[in-house]
Amino acid sequence: MKFTEDHEWLVKEDDHVIVGITEHAAEALGDLVFVELPDVGTTVSKGDEIVVIESVKAASDITAPLDGEIIEVNEELTEKPELVNDDPLGAAWFFKMKLTDPSEIDNLLDEDAYKELID
Amino acid sequence: MAEIYKTVLYDLHISLGAKMVPFAGYEMPVQYPSGVMKEHIHTRSNAGLFDVSHMGQIIIRPKNGSLKDIASSLEKLIPIDIIDLSIHTQKYGFLTNSNGGIIDDLMVSNQGDHLFLVVNAGCKKSDIEHLRDNLDDNCILEVLENRSLIALQGPKAESALSKLSKNIIDMCFMDTLKIELLGFEAWISRSGYTGEDGFEVSVPNDNTNEFVRYLLRDEDVEPIGLGARDSLRLEAGLCLYGHDIDQNTSPAEAGLNWAISKTRRENGARCGNFIGSEKILSEIANGTKIKRVGIIPAGRAPMREGVELFKDLSDDIPIGKITSGGFGPSVQKPISMGYLNTKYAKINTKIFAEIRGKRLEAVVTSLPFTKLNFKRSN
Repeated sequence: MKFTEDHEWLVKEDDHVIVGITEHAAEALGDLVFVELPDVGTTVSKGDEIVVIESVKAASDITAPLDGEIIEVNEELTEKPELVNDDPLGAAWFFKMKLTDPSEIDNLLDEDAYKELID
Repeated sequence: MAEIYKTVLYDLHISLGAKMVPFAGYEMPVQYPSGVMKEHIHTRSNAGLFDVSHMGQIIIRPKNGSLKDIASSLEKLIPIDIIDLSIHTQKYGFLTNSNGGIIDDLMVSNQGDHLFLVVNAGCKKSDIEHLRDNLDDNCILEVLENRSLIALQGPKAESALSKLSKNIIDMCFMDTLKIELLGFEAWISRSGYTGEDGFEVSVPNDNTNEFVRYLLRDEDVEPIGLGARDSLRLEAGLCLYGHDIDQNTSPAEAGLNWAISKTRRENGARCGNFIGSEKILSEIANGTKIKRVGIIPAGRAPMREGVELFKDLSDDIPIGKITSGGFGPSVQKPISMGYLNTKYAKINTKIFAEIRGKRLEAVVTSLPFTKLNFKRSN
């Protein structure tokens, strides 16, 4: 599992990656009440705001961790935003994307580096 | 930087794991580890304890001993019936300005030899100035810095507080009682800001920790932060000063005419004769251009403060604005309140809110969003 400084996690699966947010992020956001996902097939660049999430407190975004194409989104989150608080590292993945340059994932933070970031 | 105050419960909040935020000049708990959603639900089903010590507590005493005289003086600033306010009862009201706007909303109670006011934290300073400038010389103002304020709200509030004194059981909504609890004098009112039955208890600072720790030992009572306090009052359709009402909104626009006593209105025994009365009474008679309403989004996206409202998908001219909005944990959907041109303020009118460049459908609805569970009678 790799991490970004924006508190996303990425896991490699076949020819693509699965993306979600970390427990730390989910806890900081508070109870989630709304998730708006991107369209499948969207081409995204690193840093693009592609998911809107709203907690009881405020609205925020999830940005594309790297360049690529969205190939699947987790529709269940639209109906059950609370899954993000219950299981951020599992059932509450946000989207799957095919990376333009799959090797770029190696430049992201590993678990130790991420832990250091949030401490 | 302005000084930031702490309530006497600060250390307790920290030990309970609260996330603290600055609010109205105070370091306050916005939520505890269980989070806004659970805290909200807990209050509606059991009992929630809120530290609201940031609010202002003010006593007004008559120099000449006549409560009627200070009531009469205060009636010039607040359009409610204070002269005939029964002893040991409380009323909701507001300080008005000369344009008919609201300087602050507050509670006034008759304590026999004095009047007791509870005002918003953010308005405390300006309220006191306004009172000093406008009350007559017979009114002695005393701002209480030595008392904290604790709210206990929810269906189990009565049983939890009655463990300290059975006398509170006989109180009805808006009754007040001075009573000794745990060896100190508590000033209790049966009221709150959640739409639930409950109490607000003024406690000497020195006894506040002991009082709160006692209540928190009750398994029905959990500490609740400002986050859930906000979603609870929003579901109950209650205004938050500085958001839903302010210096530029009038009681009629805000849907608060019910709070203006009959006796202070046209044909009443003490009609008018308060700051801004001409404008306010004319608005009661003739209506207003805008009105506060409830708004329920059709989708799941919350419509928050500042979001502009439109009559259709394309028109450029806003017909209103959201002043409070979020998710209602008890109603299980997003809810908002805001102001609309009166033309569009009828219940069930379809409107659109612009969020992130998109027009999303919503419907105008009546307030409150949840049933109010006050104890109206014994």
